[in-house]
Amino acid sequence: MVEPATATQTAAPVMPQLKDELDIVIPTIRNLDFLEMWRPFFQPYHLIIVQDGDPSKTIKVPPGFDYELYNRNDINKILGPKASCISFKDSACRCFGYMVSKKKYIFTIDDDCFVAKDPSGKAVNALEQHIKNILSPSTPFFFNTLYDPFRDGADFVRGYPFSLREGVPTAVSHGLWLNIPDYDAPTQLVKPLERNNRFVDAVLTIPKGTLFPMCGMNLAFDRDLIGPAMYFGLMGDGQPIGRYDDMWAGWCIKVICDHLGLGVKTGLPYIYHSKASNPFVNLRKEYKGIFWQEEIIPFFQQVVLPKDCTTVQKCYIELAKQVKEKLSKVDPYFDKLADAMVTWIKAWDELNPPTAGSSVPNGKAA
Amino acid sequence: MRTPSCLLPLTLDSAVLNLSNITDLSPLPDHILIELFLRTLRAGKLTERVLKLFIATGKDEVFSLIQELNIQVTVNPVLPTRTLNSDLTSFMNAWRPIFSRFHLIIVKDLDLKEEIKIPEGFNLDVYEKPDIDRLVGTSTSIIFSGYACRYFGYLVSRKKYIISVDDDCLPAKDNKGFLVDAVSQHITNLTTPATPFFFNTLYDPFTEGADFVRGYPFSLRSGVTCVLSCGLWHNLADYDAPTQALKPEERNSRYVDAVLTVPARTLMPISGINIAFNRDVVGPALLPCLRLAAEGKFRWETMEDIWSGMCVKVICDHLRLGVKTGLPYVWRNDRGDAIASLRKEWEGVKMMEEVVPFFQSLRLPQEATTAEDCVVEVANAVKEKLGSKDPVFARTAKAMLDWVKLWKSVGGCSSSPGA
Repeated sequence: MVEPATATQTAAPVMPQLKDELDIVIPTIRNLDFLEMWRPFFQPYHLIIVQDGDPSKTIKVPPGFDYELYNRNDINKILGPKASCISFKDSACRCFGYMVSKKKYIFTIDDDCFVAKDPSGKAVNALEQHIKNILSPSTPFFFNTLYDPFRDGADFVRGYPFSLREGVPTAVSHGLWLNIPDYDAPTQLVKPLERNNRFVDAVLTIPKGTLFPMCGMNLAFDRDLIGPAMYFGLMGDGQPIGRYDDMWAGWCIKVICDHLGLGVKTGLPYIYHSKASNPFVNLRKEYKGIFWQEEIIPFFQQVVLPKDCTTVQKCYIELAKQVKEKLSKVDPYFDKLADAMVTWIKAWDELNPPTAGSSVPNGKAA
Repeated sequence: MRTPSCLLPLTLDSAVLNLSNITDLSPLPDHILIELFLRTLRAGKLTERVLKLFIATGKDEVFSLIQELNIQVTVNPVLPTRTLNSDLTSFMNAWRPIFSRFHLIIVKDLDLKEEIKIPEGFNLDVYEKPDIDRLVGTSTSIIFSGYACRYFGYLVSRKKYIISVDDDCLPAKDNKGFLVDAVSQHITNLTTPATPFFFNTLYDPFTEGADFVRGYPFSLRSGVTCVLSCGLWHNLADYDAPTQALKPEERNSRYVDAVLTVPARTLMPISGINIAFNRDVVGPALLPCLRLAAEGKFRWETMEDIWSGMCVKVICDHLRLGVKTGLPYVWRNDRGDAIASLRKEWEGVKMMEEVVPFFQSLRLPQEATTAEDCVVEVANAVKEKLGSKDPVFARTAKAMLDWVKLWKSVGGCSSSPGA
């Protein structure tokens, strides 16, 4: 039986790493009480709160946090007509936070995620682990059987080519969840009582050419390396699908990371996921996705990005073009989505103009 | 107040728990024998060895029970092991609770001169140089010496699953302090599907307490047959000599409680220290063919398993079969001197730089539908693309073709086509 950590005060690091280079993005419609538990770990950092749902509601932020808060009215004001690409009434709206951030790194977490305990009972500082993951290289070209070779107490195993031991920059760190696992609605319905109690003490790089289901509950990434590809799609109000926002982003970023020679890690850190959403509501949201993913996955598995796509934006625009060409026949939704992907990039570039003298490419094409 | 138990049921329960130490059941009175049989059955401990013990008593009641209950014997793993030193007593005694249920195949390294010492109480076959010469003849280029002697065991086994553990390894402890039954874990890995076409972030979805996560396509959830299970090592991890020499005190104490499928088209260094496989399907693909010029008696001085592993993975990817990695752990004793191994001429490390790109770009033709066919294709590609780079590759390619011939003649019926 896992439980969340309670006494987190003593566990805070003396010197919070990347204090001025990392923003924490939190989507919410209810309240931010969960921040109390995270206070020792999060307080040094700047928060970007994206308020979904009714903008007239006031979200109470616990005192002592440095934050900026955006509701739907703010999003509409800032993006104008381009606001159409940001989902309404869905946590997918969080990607607006990625866009407006001025920092190099983003950590995003759901408001029903608490601090987990490791098997020794110690509180897990998820943010610290994500930072470790992101600041150390990934190894996507050859699998290391002892998992992340850059962790303390591990290394590359016999037979691992030395030329591949430098690794590549890590663009994404995907964390996991104890207690309520991230299951889809059918699985939730069949196993309503299943809890994830297994603490797997590993971080590993997801190999090149392999896709995975990326969950947005506990995620960190390097905005400079992959930010523009972290669009969470059109979900929620007025859309035929929900609960596929992070999945869509995950497939896009993986294809682009593989193309640009960047790494994606998964595994630690764990957070404690406390709320199980209603499986019947989830089923209604996911229903189309369950069928569509059968077409979407082969599409992403076969995507080839041309060599001249040397920046994330170029890769993403190319991807949008291919989505329109190949997935529109699955459903007209994908036509809209492809357009929204282009709108997103336009909005991103407007809000994040390249600084004078900086070079744009961020990674060479594979 | 609890009713105190009788002595007899307590004794019978104790006997069921200690079956691994019992070698003869004939002194037992009939009625006790039958009761023991039924309890053993209920406890799920009626293995092939134990069944033979009951049958050996010659009692009619036992036979009629077996017939009545329609008892089938499940396939049991076989254990080839090379002898690093001639005294296997401590190794086998340490593994006794786990190994004693199974048939063991012990293959003596051709270079070992002393008589090997094996403790009592195991169901096993031992093969030494004369046996190897007799069965294999001298016309083959395959030399069953050093770590490669175990492949002879793979060749002569007739069981479906094979588990192979280096004899400097002992049972490990899990994160709760319990001894790990490595055999049982390997069998679980091999008898549950693998999922190589899409990564599951909660690792093996067929483990108790886990499942496929949101976003995992339903059409991929039945998985494919897992034919290779790669375990890990506590204490002395399988590092190469430079790494271990650089970190002489480093020992692996992390218990990562996961089994995961290695994705399709992803290559990895498959260590031969602790592996298990489905002999029926991929037997021929595990091959003793790459022999370094200065190959030695420590794992730091060999690459035979790494080469074999690359072949198996490419073949599994082609045949749409699965490879798992992770649990079980074994405890690997400290042995050898990394720096001494470094000083030897050590082509293995340099070789990987050629080998990896070769395997990454290797594509096998559609017509290759069995492991043997695939090995032949790989051998031909090795000769064509790597043969000119180093004579060791040309020799390896020839050895691979010899191995397939050997497998067809000595290995029994050909392997079943990939799933």
